Amino acid sequence: MTVQIHDGTRWRTVCSLADLQPGRGVAVLLPDAGQVALFRDRAGELYAVDNLDPFSGAPVLSRGLIGSRGERPTLISPMYKQVYDLTDGRCLDEDTTPDGAPAVLRRWPVRALDGEVAA
Amino acid sequence: MTLDDRTARGPGTLRDLVLVGHGMVGQRFLEAWTEQPAAPGWRVTVLAEETRPAYDRVHLSSLFAGSTPEDLELCPPGFLAEHGIDLRLGDPATAIDRAGRTVTTRSGAEVRYDVLVLATGSVPFVPPVPGTDAPGCHVYRTVEDVDAIRAGAAGTTTGVVVGGGLLGLEAAGALRAGGLATHVVEFAPRLMAVQVDEGGGAALRRRIEELGVTVHTGVGAGGVLTGPDGRVRALALSDGRELAADLVVFSAGVRARDQLARDCGLPVGPRGGVVVDAHCRTEDPAVLAIGECAEAADGRVYGLVAPGYQMAETAARTVAALDGDGTGPAGEGFTGADTSTKLKLLGVDVASFGDPHGSAEGALDVLYSDSRSGVHRKLVIGADGALLGGVLVGDTEGYGALRALAVAGKPLTVAPEQLVLPAGFASAGPLALPDDAVLCSCHNVTQGAVRAAVREQGADSVAAVKKCTRAGTGCGSCLKQLGTVVTEELAAAGVSTGTGLCEHFAHTRAGLYEIVRVTGLTTFSELLARHGSGEGCEICKPTVASILASLGNGHILDGEQAALQDSNDHFLANLQRNGSYSVVPRVPGGEITPDGLIAIGEIARDHGLYTKITGGQRIDLFGATVDQLPVIWRKLVDAGFESGHAYGKSLRTVKSCVGETWCRYGVQDSTALAIELELRYRGLRSPHKLKAAVSGCARECAEARGKDFGVIATSAGWNLYVGGNGGMTPRHADLLAADLDRDTLIRTIDRFLMFYIRTADRLERTSVWLERLDGGLDHLRAVVLDDSLGIAAELDELIARHVAGYRDEWAETLADPERLRRFSSFVNAPGTPDPAVTFVPERGQIRPARPGEAGRPRNAPVLVAGARLEVLTP
Repeated sequence: MTVQIHDGTRWRTVCSLADLQPGRGVAVLLPDAGQVALFRDRAGELYAVDNLDPFSGAPVLSRGLIGSRGERPTLISPMYKQVYDLTDGRCLDEDTTPDGAPAVLRRWPVRALDGEVAA
Repeated sequence: MTLDDRTARGPGTLRDLVLVGHGMVGQRFLEAWTEQPAAPGWRVTVLAEETRPAYDRVHLSSLFAGSTPEDLELCPPGFLAEHGIDLRLGDPATAIDRAGRTVTTRSGAEVRYDVLVLATGSVPFVPPVPGTDAPGCHVYRTVEDVDAIRAGAAGTTTGVVVGGGLLGLEAAGALRAGGLATHVVEFAPRLMAVQVDEGGGAALRRRIEELGVTVHTGVGAGGVLTGPDGRVRALALSDGRELAADLVVFSAGVRARDQLARDCGLPVGPRGGVVVDAHCRTEDPAVLAIGECAEAADGRVYGLVAPGYQMAETAARTVAALDGDGTGPAGEGFTGADTSTKLKLLGVDVASFGDPHGSAEGALDVLYSDSRSGVHRKLVIGADGALLGGVLVGDTEGYGALRALAVAGKPLTVAPEQLVLPAGFASAGPLALPDDAVLCSCHNVTQGAVRAAVREQGADSVAAVKKCTRAGTGCGSCLKQLGTVVTEELAAAGVSTGTGLCEHFAHTRAGLYEIVRVTGLTTFSELLARHGSGEGCEICKPTVASILASLGNGHILDGEQAALQDSNDHFLANLQRNGSYSVVPRVPGGEITPDGLIAIGEIARDHGLYTKITGGQRIDLFGATVDQLPVIWRKLVDAGFESGHAYGKSLRTVKSCVGETWCRYGVQDSTALAIELELRYRGLRSPHKLKAAVSGCARECAEARGKDFGVIATSAGWNLYVGGNGGMTPRHADLLAADLDRDTLIRTIDRFLMFYIRTADRLERTSVWLERLDGGLDHLRAVVLDDSLGIAAELDELIARHVAGYRDEWAETLADPERLRRFSSFVNAPGTPDPAVTFVPERGQIRPARPGEAGRPRNAPVLVAGARLEVLTP
């Protein structure tokens, strides 16, 4: 299985599904140097959000733990532990980031397709 | 009650409510008003002078610290539209025609009213001395004032604040933070004369002067002196001195803005303020006044926001009662308020409550004052033993409960001597508050109301109680006390509180440890499926990971365990603020060979890493990206180093002095013992980090009593101390056993550690655990020395398993391609270091680039050390 992210222009193959350990994330580098954090949960669901942690300004969200709060699947920043709803990217702990912007992560469309990544 | 026939209208016709002023109190009035059942029958118009909606003036100084005016907004988005409120910004009322029931605004509009509410607030008081209108003179009241001060301060060197009260000190803090040499001039003989006593003022002054602010008390402003350009050049003082200044901020109190009322013939108090009754009505029943522009029924003009809020709520009920059955406003109204204050001024905690000056007859003081640490705590006790008030400077511990007790006027349940001691010294039991004690003075919520919210309205958390009662949603100073009461009440109702680890596990950490130990479960999934729910979180996942590791379940990055490890354990390195990592090789006992030092130095130099000596006698290497970690560790392992577990909740170091081998005073070989202990317990995962030390004599150069376990040599053997801590809450370790031989010492430490790991809470250091442990030190001694619980053999066996099973995590990681695969910055670009992690040179090394700084990423380090970069392919 191949994992693709839609980068706003087209679907882009980023890795093989086997590269994703359930419960953990990886970072994806886009051609414009943007970064996406990609996760696979224990049920096999895929999520992709910005890798940049808006609270620390460091590109680290792919290294965060994932889990759940109530029924919502969550991502926890490894830096200062803000919790995000993976389904809509909203931060559940804070409404705004330190610079006053809404604390919402961009969500990137992601899918798994049959077939392996070309070497 | 009706006003008169001008108000009595036919059904279906809206009546007009006009609010003059949209400050904090005005906004609170609107919120309280919209909750009244009568509100839909009224049309609301707000005439505001400022060009922005209500904002939090109390936190104005946060604008100097980077907050934006938007952060301070009080009016929730959509609030005005939802309630059809017509807010007219920048168009203040200029005249009131009481006979015609109209208000004229600056733009010339005439607005009709049935009821008029004045919430015009106050204006800063500027002393009537010459020159106060010169460029460079400011007041401190609005967002625009802050903008002007900031603009005026740019490029200048010295500022003077006239007024050493609450607002004056805030303004001084802002000037100081802006880099100006700052003076405060206060006419009274001490700072914050209204709130604190002489000793408190002195403690506050000392702390503030330490911050570089010069304080002049007992002297007033004589006039502002200007230079040839007409700008401020100095402030003349009433004693004849001159203070050179580029900027003067007047913050010497406020005066009620009552001109509108004066002009239309409404009575005002002798010191200003529209006279109102307990229901906030002026002499004209169609006109109300609230907040700082009003003289309340007790003859006082309140300059604090909490009384203003109470008046706003009273006024809303008064207006609503006009639609009622003619019995008039409900409730007691507003007859006076608690003016207790707790705040942080220039980083100094200051609180004042009840009667801080002991003005009642027969009042006595209980005082703790320590000039060295700038702590001053005074309680005022009445002749009958009731707490009347107090002043707390430098340490405001216990404020919430003390204030509530003072307001309730009930006798104390514990000795006042206990209460007056600062945090850490006091050993008072919990303070029993009466239910009519006001917990939250911003919203006037009693302890009884909080208990009722928990008991009768089903509020089961502080958050729910806040929503239900509004307690704790004002200044927040009561939150700690609120938490205590909510927990007590939930416990009394039989609801288990907070003992569960998180929403996914109802067990404590110790409970989960027992489950894992007894059942032998080895995965988080199984544990979650059988004993928990959901998917886990940042609390339970690392906790379970730690428990599994404590009980010896192989490499922490193997299988499902890898998905549980928190930020640092995840990459076996310490995450730093810019997303880079630091690396700490183990240096047992702090003993290192010259070759070892050279090897570390060469590795650091080759990779351009920042190096620093740690407090634990080893070397920290900073600035590695994820993909460099294996390369760096390959070299470290080849040079004979192993993981230092600086990233883990596990043993860090066993610090030592050189001991009898070299030292003239040493009585035992502390270095050898430290190395032996460090190697024995290395890699032992625990509820929190573990630090240790061994000192070779009673001089204690290794600072063993500040550690989780510390050993101090005696001529007869070793003394073992446990439960020490440095850091945020320092604690000296307690002597567990004296004059032990080596074997007994090690067996005792073994059992101490395993008993701690078995029973402690998550992230609970040994110091806190020991304080909490039922039976305390005696119980611990009985368990580890006399085996009172019969578990000693089990504890010994667990440690033996740990020692036998220890493997270096990094050597094992390097040996396994599967584990190495994760050390890649990008899944789709292995070997590419993160371009967003950048550095700049500083003092001959690197440091993370700050926001806005053009740094270089690790693959282009034309840096101080000329790094050679390599990529290790698994």
